[in-house]
Amino acid sequence: MPANETVEELNLDDYQYDFVTKDEPVYKAEKGLSEDVVRQISYHKEEPEWMLDYRLNALEIFNSKPMPDWGADLSDLNLDEIYFYLRPADRMERSWDDVDDEIKETFERLGIPEAERETLAGVGAQYESEMVYHSLKEQWEEQGVVFESIEDGLQMYPDLFKEHFSTVIPPNDNKFAALNSAVWSGGSFVYIPKGVDVDIPLQAYFRVNAEQMGQFERTLIIAEEGSKAHYIEGCTAPVYSTESFHSGVIEIVVKENAHFQYTTIQNWANNMFNLVTQRAKVHSNAKMEWLDGNLGSKATMKYPSCFLVGEGAHGSVLSVAYAGDGQHQDTGGKVIHAAPNTTSQITSKSISKGTGRSSYRGLCQVYEGAENSKSNVECDALLLSETSRTDTYPYIDIDENQATIGHEATVSKVGEEQLFYLMSRGLDEEEAMAMIVRGFIEPIAKKLPLEYAIELNRLIELEMEGSVG
Amino acid sequence: MADKLLEVRDLHVTVEDEDIEILKGVDLEVDHGEIHALMGPNGSGKSTLAKLISGHPSFIASRGEVLYEGDDVLEMEPDERARAGVFMAFQYPSEIPGVSISNFLRTAINAGRDEEDEISVFDFRKRLKDALELLDMDESFADRYVNDGFSGGEKKRNEILQMAVLQPTLALLDETDSGLDIDALKVVADGVNRIGDQNQDLGVLLITHYQRILNYIEPDRVHVMIDGKIVESGGPELAEQLEEQGYDWLREEKEPVSA
Repeated sequence: MPANETVEELNLDDYQYDFVTKDEPVYKAEKGLSEDVVRQISYHKEEPEWMLDYRLNALEIFNSKPMPDWGADLSDLNLDEIYFYLRPADRMERSWDDVDDEIKETFERLGIPEAERETLAGVGAQYESEMVYHSLKEQWEEQGVVFESIEDGLQMYPDLFKEHFSTVIPPNDNKFAALNSAVWSGGSFVYIPKGVDVDIPLQAYFRVNAEQMGQFERTLIIAEEGSKAHYIEGCTAPVYSTESFHSGVIEIVVKENAHFQYTTIQNWANNMFNLVTQRAKVHSNAKMEWLDGNLGSKATMKYPSCFLVGEGAHGSVLSVAYAGDGQHQDTGGKVIHAAPNTTSQITSKSISKGTGRSSYRGLCQVYEGAENSKSNVECDALLLSETSRTDTYPYIDIDENQATIGHEATVSKVGEEQLFYLMSRGLDEEEAMAMIVRGFIEPIAKKLPLEYAIELNRLIELEMEGSVG
Repeated sequence: MADKLLEVRDLHVTVEDEDIEILKGVDLEVDHGEIHALMGPNGSGKSTLAKLISGHPSFIASRGEVLYEGDDVLEMEPDERARAGVFMAFQYPSEIPGVSISNFLRTAINAGRDEEDEISVFDFRKRLKDALELLDMDESFADRYVNDGFSGGEKKRNEILQMAVLQPTLALLDETDSGLDIDALKVVADGVNRIGDQNQDLGVLLITHYQRILNYIEPDRVHVMIDGKIVESGGPELAEQLEEQGYDWLREEKEPVSA
């Protein structure tokens, strides 16, 4: 029973979402990035002048910034070969019956309409560059909740939109935030009014279907004082031999005493570069929770952040990454303590298999004056093979004496003794390995609503059987 | 029943990647319903025998055979042996963080079963509850992660709990008594006895340094292993003799034979 054999027999890497739908886009911009492409996007969206100016300025920033020389290897990412804008349908629909048959079929195969009926408050579905479907249950609409495509948000709530847009992540934050700011298309606009508790999740689903596609969704979420909600995003794409590109920007404003959870279950195909900026500004006594599951993609660089600006704010990042053969998950979290009595927790768990590589990269920063801030970072890595690799890059920057910072990191290998123990109870090698992995991610899975815990487990090809209760 | 439960014949065992022979020709028979105690000083090879029988990958049988109900277990994977009814209570059980005992045991019972043959939730709960009662354990114990942060005593108890739930035919208890205080020892021993009462076919090979546990689990046969060989076998009185005289008299007695 050589250890390598155990690992090779696991089919954790089988990708179930590798199917292509044949459809005719309404509009397809030429390959590559140019001012012309940016202007076309803005034109198609019938945007106000300020937004076009914002985009063109962002394009300049993008062009002026160098590619990052840290993190994942991006040398195979050739932007000249990427389609930056592909409009799949003339308009967005509010009933699945009206969605184009081919596109609807895609989402049905992914189980989205069914999930919406059963367990979700609202659903958005993006296909290539645009939201093709968006709907919110009446109950929440009546309470003033807004859940629209980002484009409709801009058209329908121009003042609210402009007040918050790009205030959490400015275009000059990083090269890919600048890129998204120039070419953004699709994503959600969410507004949760004061005191409203949306007790079942809102979900957005992102699908890339075409080859050499770039998807640049932009999401803006405003949770008013004392409100509570949970937003979930899922992403898949077919496997192509050429590279695809996804670079989203998610901005969240969590006002006083509000509580917001944002969950990502990212399962892009393994030819996808996934470079995402996600950040929340968290006000007094508010709570922000990022739950970030990165299972797919060729390379992911993604560090959900909490900017704790109000006294007593709390931020947490719970991150699970799975790096299979040839994958690099460079993930983690950032917490910035800018006010007194703020608390944060980063928990990162990674699993690496074959030649997979996972990196934890995190930042904990405490500003002067952010007295009695507390932060704790825990990262655990599990290696399933001799050829897999894991690294930890924790950055800590403290300018306040009255702060408590903790950091713990562990690396474990699935050991022969552990496997033998489980096999001596009747589990075969594959079941034994799956059980160890499932146990490893249990602290993350139990933070998810049951359906998503199931999805997470299914995505890494493990049986759900009995893992709750 | 024509076949013996366990037959070990001229068994020689080496450690993987090393030339050291640990077992140097062991013969042993355990029949259904029998309790055998295997005693001996540290490093004599007792645990190696249990690990070899249950299929630990570090040990290799270089000569001899091990038959379980007539089948050659050396040809079977560890999980196949387990599903056939072989159980080892580990001396040092592994920790499996994030996996609850109940989830672990249900998966173990259902391992190798077709979906339609899987144990019902109701039947499983009952079996688990009975086993917990048998060992005087709180129901909440089954919600804990397998051996994660357990005390030495809790780990040993958990091993016997698994034995009660999985209902094996051959149980290899590898120093289950070590690290237990007298109260815990009584509970564990009582548990083993009652599992035996419920399953008259159960054969037990109990590995221990000390005669103490044999006050509570009465063996049919006692064997003494020294330097990779069984040098003496007898009834329960042999254990008492060892308690009084130690192992030295056996070493001296055997010296001329092995020389």
